[in-house]
Amino acid sequence: MIENRPFLNLLTHLVLILGVAIVALPVWVAFVASTHTATDFSSGTIPMWPGPHLVENYSRMLDSGLSTSGTPPVARMMLNSLIMAMAIAIGKIVISVLSAFAIVYFRFPLRNFAFWCIFVTLMLPVEVRIVPTFQVVAGLGLLNSYAGLSIPLIASATATFLFRQVFLTMPDELVEAARIDGAGPMKFFRDILLPLSRTNIAALFVILFIYGWNQYLWPLLITTDAQYYTIVAGIKRMADAVDGLPQWHLVMATAVMAMLPPVAVVIGMQRLFVKGLVETEK
Amino acid sequence: MKRTIFSNQLLPWLLLAPQLAITFIFFIWPAMQAVWQSFLREDAFGIRSTFVGLDNYARLWGSAEYMNSMQVTLIFSVSVTLLSMGFSLLLAVAVDRTLRSSRLYTTLLVWPYAVAPAVAGILWWFIFNPTIGILPYMLDQIGYDWNHISNPNQAMLLVVIASAWKQISYNFLFFVAGLQSIPASLREAAAIDGAGPVKRFFTITFPLLSPTTFFLMVVNIVYAMFETFAVIDSTTEGGPAQATNILVYKVYFDGFVGQNMGSSGAQSVILMLIVIVLTVIQFRWVEKKVAY
Repeated sequence: MIENRPFLNLLTHLVLILGVAIVALPVWVAFVASTHTATDFSSGTIPMWPGPHLVENYSRMLDSGLSTSGTPPVARMMLNSLIMAMAIAIGKIVISVLSAFAIVYFRFPLRNFAFWCIFVTLMLPVEVRIVPTFQVVAGLGLLNSYAGLSIPLIASATATFLFRQVFLTMPDELVEAARIDGAGPMKFFRDILLPLSRTNIAALFVILFIYGWNQYLWPLLITTDAQYYTIVAGIKRMADAVDGLPQWHLVMATAVMAMLPPVAVVIGMQRLFVKGLVETEK
Repeated sequence: MKRTIFSNQLLPWLLLAPQLAITFIFFIWPAMQAVWQSFLREDAFGIRSTFVGLDNYARLWGSAEYMNSMQVTLIFSVSVTLLSMGFSLLLAVAVDRTLRSSRLYTTLLVWPYAVAPAVAGILWWFIFNPTIGILPYMLDQIGYDWNHISNPNQAMLLVVIASAWKQISYNFLFFVAGLQSIPASLREAAAIDGAGPVKRFFTITFPLLSPTTFFLMVVNIVYAMFETFAVIDSTTEGGPAQATNILVYKVYFDGFVGQNMGSSGAQSVILMLIVIVLTVIQFRWVEKKVAY
């Protein structure tokens, strides 16, 4: 604050309140729609305030789902999403922390080559090479499995770079001390490096969990068995089925449940989330 | 570079093995396949494929549909970037001015980051639904007819809004961080010299923010070009009449629905080249920053 300008202060808050309202609008509309029945929409427009059918709609979706669309109960899809998100987040962290350790603390032939192989993954988003990647996964027999849902998305240059950056800032004296005390590389890794990177790992976990939970195209393509549907990909299948018979209140209940876990993670761990976001972009 | 290192030779390869194996199987090998397929053409039954050299690329170059997709992607990416960054910058400048309530506002503005693009698409699709949506109802009151199912421009506007909405929190956080790193003394000095808030913003704040702005521009273009697939697929599916068929959607559609592997492969290769150029630009930024 440079100077006191009452009019500008008022304007500032007006802009922010309006901004928050615009940002929240779609979610509010979805939430309101999810508390009504299908007949409430037939009058032409959706109501602006919540109705009395919240518990009814949500428990129906959690238990039995929208059977006409061929999707399993929402509880099942959320479990699948959780398994996929955790596998992707933990898998990415494990393989990149190991490879960053190798790249920073060892000198070996082809080290730069290995580094560039990893760097390449940064340039190839899955959407770009979707057809051949699908063929590879189909050839390995991984369609309709948790392994197929998560493993192809696990390789990550971003996470490797992040840990490389973190390790490079660790003082050299740590390694020297460890070596004088007779610790081997794996002992150093386990007892010194990992504990010191704890907050970085946690921050990265928040970002990767959201990334994994929100995957769409990949689960949509490789799951044809309803038992493996994830919730984000499942909504699309519901909305498609909706065109014939308007079930918007149930689709919106599912949408609200699909965004609840990642939004809760962002708000609950805001500090770690911001740290993770800023670090992964360096 | 570390001065002190471990001398093992086999151990680093063991540590790298999982990452390299996954990278090779799911990234490098499929990418090579895409390149190879882009030189082939399958016959109508998908049994035999012949080597056709650069013919798939030449056909893309001459295809009105592909050129249209290029143009759509350009309009879409620029619109998403401008809309989302403009809106976020306004909010970031406002939050930067508040003292006590900035944390509260930040919390209320960051959560859309966590909403999946597919869900964001569905939410806006519902709001703009021509029969029961709230916005078409309001637009109808002022005599404007909204129907994105038949109107190409409105369909484009819909996917732009949904994609930009999702990106607001990301841009906002980086703009706030950028604003906070500008020394307050500079703005104070300008205020003492008699520059008003608007003049201060355009002569001091905005130029000093240029590294952040440039970085966000690259990130937003990459986002709009590649990560909005889910927004398109959950709403317009490229229609009406190809109006929202962005390049990354066309790769998927021609490959999976159209089963035209050669063309899809060539499109993949072109997209990979675009990503590589954008990544190089982004990394040069990290090294140099933007001079001002």
